[in-house]
Amino acid sequence: MEWESVIGLEIHAQLATKSKIFSSASTAYGAEPNTQACAVDLGLPGVLPVVNQEAIRMAAKFGLATGSNVSKHSVFARKNYFYPDLPKGYQISQFELPIVEKGKMEIELEDGSKRIIGITRAHLEEDAGKSLHEDFHGMTGIDLNRAGTPLLEIVSEPDIRSAKEAVAYMKKIHSLVQYLEICDGNMAEGSFRCDANVSVRLKGQEEFGTRAEIKNINSFRFVERAINYEIERQIDVIESGGEVIQETRLYDADKDETRSMRSKEEANDYRYFPDPDLLPVILDDAYIESVRNTLPELPKEKHQRFVSEYHLTDYDAGILTSSRELADYFETVAKQLAGDAKLVANWVIGDLSARVNKEDISIRQSPVTAKMLAGMLKRIEDNTISGKIAKDVFNAMWSGEGDADTVIENKGLKQITDSSAIESMIDDIIASNPQQVEQYRSGKDKLFGFFVGQAMKISKGKANPAQVNEILKQKLNG
Amino acid sequence: MYHTKTLAELSSMLAAGKVSSVELTQSFIDRIKQHDSDLNSFITVTEEQALAQAKLADEKIQSGTAGPLTGIPFAHKDIFCTQDVKTSCGSKMLDNFIAPYNATVVEKMADAGMVMLGKTNMDEFAMGSSNETSYYGPVRNPWNTNAVPGGSSGGSAASVAARLTPAATGTDTGGSIRQPASLCGITGLKPTYGRVSRYGMIAFASSLDQGGPMAQTAEDCALLLNAMAGFDRRDSTSLELDVPDYTADLSKAIKGLKIGLPKEYFGEGLDAGVAEVVNQAIQQYKAMGAEIIDISLPNTHLAVPVYYVVAPAECSSNLSRFDGVRFGYRCEAPRDLEDLYKRSRGEGFGTEVKRRIMVGTYALSAGYYDAYYLKAQQLRRMISEDFSKAFEQVDVIMGPSSPGTAFNIGEKTNDPVSMYLSDIYTIAVNLAGLPGISVPAGFSNNMPVGLQIIANSFDESRLLNIAHQYQLATDWHKQIPKAFA
Repeated sequence: MEWESVIGLEIHAQLATKSKIFSSASTAYGAEPNTQACAVDLGLPGVLPVVNQEAIRMAAKFGLATGSNVSKHSVFARKNYFYPDLPKGYQISQFELPIVEKGKMEIELEDGSKRIIGITRAHLEEDAGKSLHEDFHGMTGIDLNRAGTPLLEIVSEPDIRSAKEAVAYMKKIHSLVQYLEICDGNMAEGSFRCDANVSVRLKGQEEFGTRAEIKNINSFRFVERAINYEIERQIDVIESGGEVIQETRLYDADKDETRSMRSKEEANDYRYFPDPDLLPVILDDAYIESVRNTLPELPKEKHQRFVSEYHLTDYDAGILTSSRELADYFETVAKQLAGDAKLVANWVIGDLSARVNKEDISIRQSPVTAKMLAGMLKRIEDNTISGKIAKDVFNAMWSGEGDADTVIENKGLKQITDSSAIESMIDDIIASNPQQVEQYRSGKDKLFGFFVGQAMKISKGKANPAQVNEILKQKLNG
Repeated sequence: MYHTKTLAELSSMLAAGKVSSVELTQSFIDRIKQHDSDLNSFITVTEEQALAQAKLADEKIQSGTAGPLTGIPFAHKDIFCTQDVKTSCGSKMLDNFIAPYNATVVEKMADAGMVMLGKTNMDEFAMGSSNETSYYGPVRNPWNTNAVPGGSSGGSAASVAARLTPAATGTDTGGSIRQPASLCGITGLKPTYGRVSRYGMIAFASSLDQGGPMAQTAEDCALLLNAMAGFDRRDSTSLELDVPDYTADLSKAIKGLKIGLPKEYFGEGLDAGVAEVVNQAIQQYKAMGAEIIDISLPNTHLAVPVYYVVAPAECSSNLSRFDGVRFGYRCEAPRDLEDLYKRSRGEGFGTEVKRRIMVGTYALSAGYYDAYYLKAQQLRRMISEDFSKAFEQVDVIMGPSSPGTAFNIGEKTNDPVSMYLSDIYTIAVNLAGLPGISVPAGFSNNMPVGLQIIANSFDESRLLNIAHQYQLATDWHKQIPKAFA
């Protein structure tokens, strides 16, 4: 039997507002427990929520960037359930009338094919606090710093057909929210996480199978693994004569498996109703247009522009625009150089990205700034250093030894471009290796590399490679 | 004696230096000490703070920086959060709760220089019409201490009626200012929804709750509303409108005023003695030049059922925060989380509160939401439209504040529906968000009867003007129960 999986994602993106969605407390991460929770966040008797306009603006931005309908009339609703880290006994969310509806996102798969994933809706809600089970001797500690942090929950259509597609979609959304500067995308701190709804059906079958929801997955790798595990599990259940039950499951990364958390029967009845403390969010055309005017260039447009403006390949442009910070870095460097942007693209995609990935930091944290890289590439362009030497310069810059010119000066890495100096060095090489010269001249072309190597060795890599090649050819063939 | 004076009179006396705020405050504290054991109208008396505030008020008066309310003693219903003072909301759940912040109304009245004598008793979480649901015991009606004062602002109404304070704040979700004002023979105003900030006022039903003043006269209420009203950015439902001077129109003549009498407010269920008093009041208005027009509010019969879906639904959610985790009552030695929730809430809430939480939870449940909550919201709009249509024809609507006079303590406690019906004329006003006032209009069997006047949204000035003109022509508002004279 051939199976097909059907997947929908609910992504929670923490909005990068300075204060909380319904109070003026700070949203900064990592403070001492309960130091960033005011009377409103604590749900004290008598307090009232007031919506943060910045959160509305950010949600509208997301809606416009995904071609969604930004609702002119959306409503905050209460989702009622008891939990110790939910101070009011309800979460303020949006239910029947969310702020964003009916958008889409194009994803690209590894084979280069493209698919459109529908976005059902995106709604605003407040995050809950955290329950801390350690250090309290059998009791539970509550940290309400996170309570009231604004979230945008982005719900996809069940259009996703594989774990790889799910990851591609999640990465696209991850990149977009950072482009829009509405979410810092920090998955380790929980700023970007998702729930996955997974079901399987026989290929060709129209109706969906029963789905399970995997909660709170916080890395791309885990999304892929959790979904693949769940697909296999469901197929096994059905093929061995069982039935998939509708339930909520948790992914255990250590064991690489999903586990049942609660079944549909145990699910809460959230008793949603419009929050009487908050007025409907009414947006007019002028407001929506003013938000549209603040939209930055989006990944797709940037991609096309990089191809046409910098003559990059489709592939390079795709990689460079996959995140806004990478794209911005590239463009900052490219703008400072006169010549081919391909050189910049190679360095940014190659050495820089490799190093950044290896050290697991963001481009923004790179010790080699865009300005420094541009300074180095200029020295390649004006033949001060060769591409090979540049790697040493780059490493030195990374270790904090100053900008390119300082490194070149201090280490004496300036390229030798004086023809007569190179000529006399090559004359010496030819004179001291008569055997190799004879073999080369009798047809062993491969030995050309030997002579280049000798030149570089003697010049400590500083001889201009093009000149070395040219002069060697003249002398050996002459 | 100061206690027989109205707030406006006391204000003049303070300004003229005939009495100091400290003297005034002490005299009312003495009266509370002397009489409140008969009434149980206060939960907390803040003598020390009051005298300190009075001293500051006197300094302001002497330095010429005082306003009309500076130095006037008053009491807050114990639903308003007061920093460093117990705010119990009449519940065991909050018996240990000391608010770490002030409600906007508390802040505003303090800014006006008023002196808080204490916090008044009330039905638990403002749920009740007789003040019998209070954890602190029932309040007694100064006109007959076997009778209830009405509710939920029963402590405020009784303390003003007994002249233990010149004024008090109240809150009105379904009649909780107007009904006790009526039953105790004082003047109580429920402003337009959104006129007075709800920030720091412990929520019962958020879409209906509204704070307002309770005092001897309409003029006093006008002075108090001047301080209480206004936009508050901390309350998203508060109205971003300028606050007029509510005393400015008080002396306007009411000749030509069109008064609507809804036939539904004078039908079955209305006590004959109450009907007679209300009719006499209307004759008085006629004599003063008003035109009386018969009108109909055809959906009046829906108000009580709609209210008892909407209000419990909202309260079931509003009261979820009382879970024994962060503040308030927590049960002894909970076994686990569920036990903590169940026992803290089971032991901390009283019967009526639990009944309403159950009703509201049911009304919001999956499968019932459309039939109850959604339906109630639709009917609520119809009730509101009844009023809109009526106000195309008339300036104000008049009728009884409550179908009867104060009943005896214990008389209706086992019959919640009969209790709910005592708010039958006030509830629709909350559902429509309109302002309403109850004015003393006479007595039936020696118990006070209130006339309710309802105006269109934001028309508090007109309500106060109409009530004031009546009080110039009558002296019902000046009657003091003998035991407290």
